[in-house]
Amino acid sequence: MAWVNAIIQGVLVGGLYALFACGLSLMFGVMKVVNLAHGDLAVLAGYIAIGIIAATHVPVLWSFLIVVPVMAVLGYVVQRTMIQSALDRSILTTLMVMLGLSVVIENGLLQFFTANTRGIGTGLALVSDSFSIGSQIQIGYLLVVIFAVAVVLLLGLQYFLSASRYGRLIRAVADDREAAQLAGADYRHVFGIAAAIAFGTVALGGIAYGMYSQLSPTTGTDTILLFAFAAVVIGGLGSLWGTLLGGVVLGVAQQIGAQISISDETLAGFIVFLAVLVLRPQGLISQGAQS
Amino acid sequence: MSLVAETPPRSAERFRVTRSRRNVAWTGAGALIVVVVLALFPYIVYSGTTAILVQAFIVLTMASMWNLLAGYAGLVSVGQQAFVGLGAYFVLILALHGTSPFAALPVATIGCGVAALPLWWLVSRLRSGYFAIATWVLATTIMLIIEKFSSIGGGTGMPLPGLAGLDPTLLTAYTYWAGLAVTVVALAAVYLLLRSRLGLVLTAIRDDEVAARSSGARVGLVRMLVFVVAGAGCGAAGALLAISQLQVQPGAVFSVQFTAEMAFVTIIGGLGTIEGPILGTVVYMVLQQTLASYNAWYLIILGLVAIFVALFARRGLWGLVDARLNVRLFPVGYWLRLDEERPRSLRALARRG
Repeated sequence: MAWVNAIIQGVLVGGLYALFACGLSLMFGVMKVVNLAHGDLAVLAGYIAIGIIAATHVPVLWSFLIVVPVMAVLGYVVQRTMIQSALDRSILTTLMVMLGLSVVIENGLLQFFTANTRGIGTGLALVSDSFSIGSQIQIGYLLVVIFAVAVVLLLGLQYFLSASRYGRLIRAVADDREAAQLAGADYRHVFGIAAAIAFGTVALGGIAYGMYSQLSPTTGTDTILLFAFAAVVIGGLGSLWGTLLGGVVLGVAQQIGAQISISDETLAGFIVFLAVLVLRPQGLISQGAQS
Repeated sequence: MSLVAETPPRSAERFRVTRSRRNVAWTGAGALIVVVVLALFPYIVYSGTTAILVQAFIVLTMASMWNLLAGYAGLVSVGQQAFVGLGAYFVLILALHGTSPFAALPVATIGCGVAALPLWWLVSRLRSGYFAIATWVLATTIMLIIEKFSSIGGGTGMPLPGLAGLDPTLLTAYTYWAGLAVTVVALAAVYLLLRSRLGLVLTAIRDDEVAARSSGARVGLVRMLVFVVAGAGCGAAGALLAISQLQVQPGAVFSVQFTAEMAFVTIIGGLGTIEGPILGTVVYMVLQQTLASYNAWYLIILGLVAIFVALFARRGLWGLVDARLNVRLFPVGYWLRLDEERPRSLRALARRG
């Protein structure tokens, strides 16, 4: 029964990892940018949420309505200025700029908010409560909600990319930038929109993690970025549903590892990641799905 | 590895191809004097100064290796701390078995070079950005595995044995000399590597990977060699770190901060030049020493400067120096000397068409 519990918990945590991963996947799929600052941006969003809640006493769920748009706007601005000018130079420059951004955000948070961990206290019964199946399986509502949000988000992104005008523009630019440009698309603006969406999802992931666990300035790199990346690689680069599958596989591997020994949780996930890298480098679901 | 098709001279122009405009012997003599003066430091300066210089040696060694990876082979690794950590642990394990940590240093260096082979096999499947994060995951995985062995300190680490009997002054001096030796060997290795045929391929990859590939350069093989050399070099830096801190702690030696430092030092100094990391290390040490009391600020400032340099002064500080003075401390390129003209660099000639 403990194993069944581990698998259920793993699947649900996988939703959180998919939430982390879809922004990373989107930015790589559209503009070939590997956002090394991805995790730090998530933590930044979490800290902004903590700050807003502390300052204005708005209910926790309201903080999403503020932080997600703020991060989306930030995404557009950062893309149009820093990332775009790095992209205009080379992939190598882009990587170095993102690495710089990551270190600056992480150490900035460290400088202003110390290394202490902080959670996003919600005070909501929905978040802290859980329901039981049988005697050994306890499922927290929060994880179920996060999983549902991840699925809805991926469905929404899928629909957006395949059916909406901007979605088609994004796919066109991702497929062939020059051709899209000839057809009149302003690829810089499209990149900005894609970055805005990615940063928005990053904000969701960061706040969700803050509610589920604790945030500290280093969470962004040692947890969120690496887990997001592992989920993307396990699932297959550039496939949104692969990302969900990758998140779930990573989550289940970690929970099974934790069953063997509590200290093996992270290691088990990374070993599955390395195994996929060796045995199926294209990921479990290979290219073909959206973006 | 035949690289470039032989082209006959365009005309009967008389020219010579040289490594440098000045006599290389002068540069060699200069380098020798610098090394000798540095070697005398333990006799003339306080131990606090040599301790700072040991830190500079570690940073310079790591940065030279990262420069080789990113500046020449086009491999942005964010996981070089894997080798720093492995180097430190090799020294710790050997010291626990009774070897002197100083004798363990070269073994750790070679060990890290060997360890780089299977790691390369794992990460070489991924390109650019994904390579970067994969090396990072790998470094974290290695740390998590090492933390499982309680005989070498588990998650909390342990002090480095084998040096307790040494007089502190002597220990500081030995550590300093070991650091100097590691740095000199690392720089010499990079210099000789880049002067060799392999260096020609590396320079070709740096300038244009597709062109290098289509000229028959075996990019994959060369990249693997660079990864191995960089692994060994970072391992030596890690071994030095363990000796200078007398303590090996997994979270500290596998810290991604090392990679951030080596990257920033290289970018600020000048990516793709041997001189760049040296200049970058000087800037880094000055910043770190002046801002040491402001915690994380020196990393924030370094990061901002690195972003700025990567975007607006892509050849780094050394590029600015070079643009004005047109000098090379380590001549690895070729100069085409036409008899009637002043010498020009091949690159300048190529630019003219």
